[in-house]
Amino acid sequence: MIASGDAEIFGVTLLTLLVSGLATLLSLLVGVPLGVVLGLVRFRGRRLVVSLVNTGMGMPPVVVGLWVSIFLWRSGPFGALRLIYTPAAIVIAQTLIATPVITGFTIAAIQHLTPKLRLQILALGASRWQFLWTILKESRIALMAAVIAGFGSIVSEVGASMMVGGNIKGYTRVLTTATSMEVSKGNFPEAVALSIILIALAFGVTFLLTLFQQRERKDRNLKPLQDSGCAPANRAGADDPDHPDASADDPKEPDL
Amino acid sequence: MKRTKMLWILSLLLVLVLSASCAAAPATSATTTAATSVPVTEATTTVAVETTTVAEPDVKEIILATTTSTQDSGLLDYLIPMFEQQTGYMVKTIAVGTGQALELGAKGEADVLLTHAPSSEKPLVDAGQVVNYQLVMHNDFIVVGPPADPAKIKDLTAVTDAFKSIATQEAIFISRGDKSGTHTKELSVWKAAGVEAPSGTWYQESGQGMGSTLTIANEKEAYTLSDRATYLAQKANLDLDILNQGSKELLNIYHVMQVNPETFPMVNAAGAEAFVAFMIDPATQALISEFGVEKYGEPLFFPDALK
Repeated sequence: MIASGDAEIFGVTLLTLLVSGLATLLSLLVGVPLGVVLGLVRFRGRRLVVSLVNTGMGMPPVVVGLWVSIFLWRSGPFGALRLIYTPAAIVIAQTLIATPVITGFTIAAIQHLTPKLRLQILALGASRWQFLWTILKESRIALMAAVIAGFGSIVSEVGASMMVGGNIKGYTRVLTTATSMEVSKGNFPEAVALSIILIALAFGVTFLLTLFQQRERKDRNLKPLQDSGCAPANRAGADDPDHPDASADDPKEPDL
Repeated sequence: MKRTKMLWILSLLLVLVLSASCAAAPATSATTTAATSVPVTEATTTVAVETTTVAEPDVKEIILATTTSTQDSGLLDYLIPMFEQQTGYMVKTIAVGTGQALELGAKGEADVLLTHAPSSEKPLVDAGQVVNYQLVMHNDFIVVGPPADPAKIKDLTAVTDAFKSIATQEAIFISRGDKSGTHTKELSVWKAAGVEAPSGTWYQESGQGMGSTLTIANEKEAYTLSDRATYLAQKANLDLDILNQGSKELLNIYHVMQVNPETFPMVNAAGAEAFVAFMIDPATQALISEFGVEKYGEPLFFPDALK
C-alpha cells in the first residue's frame, strides 16, 4: 500500500520534513538568543516575561493556528500577502509554536549553569562573544534537548497546519493533516501507514539530533586537575598560578 | 574541533538546501499535480472536452471552500485536475464543514463555494453575499443503524416516522453536531418528525466529519444519518445497515456559487466564474453521472444542471 500511493505520499513526507525543518531552524534563530538574554539578564518584569514564554510552551497548536489565520485571512492585516493556505503559512504558524518551546528550554539551560561557572569563564578573560559562545557550548546538551523538543512539538501538530494550510492535496498536505483526513474518512489502513511514516520520520530526525547531543567530547584535552586545584593544565596562565598570563584580556565584567 | 566544524558546515548546507527546495517545492508541486493526476477512464476519451488554449490567467489561484463529504467522496480529486489543466488555474480546495465553508464565503475568504445546505445558503443568496448560484447535482442521505435495529425502523417508509421511533425508543443516535450540510439536514428531519430539539443521553453529537461519525456509530451500535457516498466508501469497515432511504426529505442538493466580487475586491472573480461554468458544463455533468459506477456499482451523484 505504501508502495502504490507512493508518489503522493513521498511528496507529503518531503513537505513535512521541509516545513517542520525550516520552522525549527527559524525558531532556533529566534529562540536561542532570546533564551540566552532572558537567562542571563536581570530586568524588571523578567519573571513575567519568562512565565509568558513558559505559557507559550504549552499553547495548543490549534489556538496558534486560529490566531495566525485571523492575521493571514484576506480580512486580516496581512491578507494582501496572500499567504493563507500556502506552505509558508504553515512555516509561520509552526515557528510561532516552536519558538516558546526552544526559548523556554534555553532559559532553563542557561539558568542551570552555576553562577560560579559564568564567573570562571569571565575570569579566564573571555570577551563578550567568547563568553556567550562558551556558555552555549557548556549547555549544549540542554540546548539540543530544546531543538529536539521544538522539532517534536511541530512535526506532530495538526491543528495549526490544518487551519492555515488547508490540507490541500499536493500543496499543503503534510503527514499529520493527511493522517487526520484519512481517519476522518474512515480509511484506517491508509491512516496507519501514514502514521508509521510519521513516526519513522520523527524518530529518524530525533535520532540524528540525539547522536549529536550525546557525542563524546573528544575535542578537549582534559587532563586531570593539577594538585593546585586550579583550571586545567592546558589553559594559558595556569602554568604560573600566581601570575596570570600578561597577554590575557583584562577580565572586566562584560556589561550585561 | 575539526569534526564539530564539519558537522556545523554540513548542517548549514543541509539547511540551505532545505530552504531552497522549500521555496521551489510549493511552486513546482502546484503545476505538477495538475499534469500528473489526470485520471485515465473511458470518460475522458469519449467526452469532447473543450481544450481551448487559454491565456495564463492573471491571478492563478482560486480558493474553493467545500464540504468534507464532497471532498471525501473523491469527486473533486477527479474533477479538479481536469479543470486546472483546461484553464490554467490552481484550485485550493479547502474542505471544511458547510457552516465554515459558508462563513468563509460570507467573509470573502474564499472565491467559490460548493456546498449542500440550501436552507443555510439561502440567506447568503438573499443578502447578495454570493452570486451566480447554480444547481450542480444531488444525491441522497440514508439512515443507517445496527442490524439488530432496536428502534424497529426497518419497516417504516417515511424517514420522519423512523426518526420519531428512534426518539421514542431513545435508541442511541449519533449526530454530526457540526453545522455541516448533513447536520442541517438531520435537524430539519427531526423538526419535520415533530422533535424540535433532540436531547438526552441517547442523542450524542460527535462534532466531526462523516467518516468519523460513522465509525463512532459503528462502535456504539447506534443510528446515524449519512450521505450515501461516504457510507458506501466505508461499508467494508462498518457493521451498519441501511435501514431507511428514499424519502424526499433525504434529498441532498449541491449548489456552486461565487462569492460576490463587488463586496470583496480581493476575490478572484474570473477564476470563480470559470469554476462555476466548469461545474455546470454538459461535459462535466456527464462525468459526474458516471463517477463511482465502476467502484461501487452505482453512481454517487446525479447531475442536475441541465434540467
